[in-house]
Amino acid sequence: MTKKALRIIIIGHVDHGKSTLIGRLLLDTNSLPGETLSDLKRVSRELGRDTELAYITDQLKEERERNITIDTTQIFFSTRKRSYVIIDAPGHVEFLKNMISGATMAEVAILVVDAREGVMEQTRRHAFIIDMLGVNKVIVLFNKMDLVQYDRKRFEEVSAELLAFFQNLSVKPSFMIPISAWEGENVSGKSGKLSWSKAPFFLDALESLTLTRLSEKKPLRFPVQDIYEMDGEEVIVGRVASGEIRRGQEIVVLPNRAVVTVKSVRVFGDSNKKSAFEGENIGLTVDLTGLVKRGHVIVERENQPEPTENLKGNLFWMSEEPLKLTVPVTLRLATQEVLCRAVKIENRINSSTIELLEREAGELKLNEAGSVTFETETSVVAERFSFIEELGRFVIEKDFQVHGAGIITGSL
Amino acid sequence: MRESAKSQDAGNGKELNYLDELESKTIYILREAYSRLRKVALLWSIGKDSTSLLWITRKAFFGKIPFPVIHIDTSYKLKEIYQFRDRYSREWDLDLIISRNEAALKSGMSPDKEKFQCCNLLKTQALKDTLDQYGFNGLFLAIRRDEHGIRAKERYFSPRDRKFQWNYTDQPAELWDLYRGQPDREKHFRIHPMLHWTELDIWRYVQRERIPIVTLYFSKNGKRYRSIGCETCCSPVDSQADTIDKVVRELETTKTAERSGRAQDKEDTYTMQKLRSLGYM
Repeated sequence: MTKKALRIIIIGHVDHGKSTLIGRLLLDTNSLPGETLSDLKRVSRELGRDTELAYITDQLKEERERNITIDTTQIFFSTRKRSYVIIDAPGHVEFLKNMISGATMAEVAILVVDAREGVMEQTRRHAFIIDMLGVNKVIVLFNKMDLVQYDRKRFEEVSAELLAFFQNLSVKPSFMIPISAWEGENVSGKSGKLSWSKAPFFLDALESLTLTRLSEKKPLRFPVQDIYEMDGEEVIVGRVASGEIRRGQEIVVLPNRAVVTVKSVRVFGDSNKKSAFEGENIGLTVDLTGLVKRGHVIVERENQPEPTENLKGNLFWMSEEPLKLTVPVTLRLATQEVLCRAVKIENRINSSTIELLEREAGELKLNEAGSVTFETETSVVAERFSFIEELGRFVIEKDFQVHGAGIITGSL
Repeated sequence: MRESAKSQDAGNGKELNYLDELESKTIYILREAYSRLRKVALLWSIGKDSTSLLWITRKAFFGKIPFPVIHIDTSYKLKEIYQFRDRYSREWDLDLIISRNEAALKSGMSPDKEKFQCCNLLKTQALKDTLDQYGFNGLFLAIRRDEHGIRAKERYFSPRDRKFQWNYTDQPAELWDLYRGQPDREKHFRIHPMLHWTELDIWRYVQRERIPIVTLYFSKNGKRYRSIGCETCCSPVDSQADTIDKVVRELETTKTAERSGRAQDKEDTYTMQKLRSLGYM
């Protein structure tokens, strides 16, 4: 089991059973230390409740007393096939920033829907958010089937309702599975009570997921993180966002377009490193000093993006204070940090109903999404998110607080 | 997004393996915090996690760590811990700060009195004093999400107010690797570069990198420590694992929690939450 862990986020409306599902999964796969289980029974007893599976992730006193999840948490578990990191996200709208924080770390989303209550406000909003942030695999679980007597017709009604909503999104569910996390039906084994369902049970579906990996070769992009002075030498440090960088290569520093030659590629403990690839943290020395600083992006000569002062992206607004046209805010993208203002809000969308609220809007309010164009004070280097993720995602900050999250769709 | 899939997208046949990927994220966070905050220090408990963090920090800064390393010394640590500290702080040329709450020690504070107060005074208060004295605005800590349910809720960059308090019910958003970390005289940041590692990952990494580790982790007379700290509050667990390879094999199958030998977690259900909200590690 030395493969990379798959990171899954559990999303959905409040009280639809996300934390209980995680508890059930850990219990059934024998992933809990013995003492966790006895602690759980004791704490549940103290609060006068049945053994509460949700307490495995709801660890804060405030969470247990109010029976809610406040903040996102991460739990590890393994099967024979692979390891998983489960990210539990809160379902309350007031804790949405915590859910979004979790969503930016996930590769797969599990959308939990209460079969009795049906599709609710946060069911839709969470689906919208993970779609917007680029999570492109979703499994839908219709939970609490025990409360609707494992009724097939109810499952079909709710499925149809949810599928109608997914028409508006680019992500489509890989599986739609009826379960009962509470009674343990169809979670880690095939359920007799749900034998009418053609879908695999949840764990089986999860294990069968594979992430599609693109095999195209990407151009060099190296956002500069810092400059270290070492023994009188200037070392440029950062992580390769895409492509390859080689000793002896001529590279271009953006946005000032200086052309320099790589003298050495450095990592500690390897004095003869010739090249580095995507994901590697390295140091570089180049033939001309004093030209490079944090926020610059090093690219290859053969394939250079155009630095721009106009960025267009899909933006989710997560602050009480609206985004207003022409009011200065800070945009952060990779290691770049620049003052900017929104010059056009093409549309304003309710992130739960996907209703178009307004075209050519003057502001974007809490929990609304929109297609926004920013004008930056100095030029920045960006790429479409679908091409190079690290240069295609950004946050909008004000007073060092995150107010919005965005994905680059194009530049002008 | 999808940071783990990314390295496999490279399309050039080069692929980071899973330990490289964990290490890569840690290095990125270390350099990011140093770049944004500059006045940082690393907390070294001499345990396997912070020793691994120290190892990776040496890599991130090409062999010479450009900031101090703090050891919070309660005076009750196991003696092997002191020996290890003194040997490797010389060997790795560390700028070591030893942080002790001398006043509390003089007044006789010890775990025999009350564990909660003892941890709070000899660890948290000692750290507060050191932070005030040196004016650090960022502290690297090697806590991991899988250690404890409360730690699982942490951010990589976690702000603390002047009184050291952790506002765990209203943590800031943390998106992708666009971490916060703005120097601010009112507060400091706890930075957790090892948050995404599990206990088993750490041991596999120690094994691969041949990181020197305190021998307390290896079995003697059928017992070994899985988690180390003060002599008074840590007890060894039953184990035959007397080498790194055997520890890795043991952890691949165990069902016992890592901190099961740690007394301070156990006083009551929310001790860890209380300790941490007051600034405990």
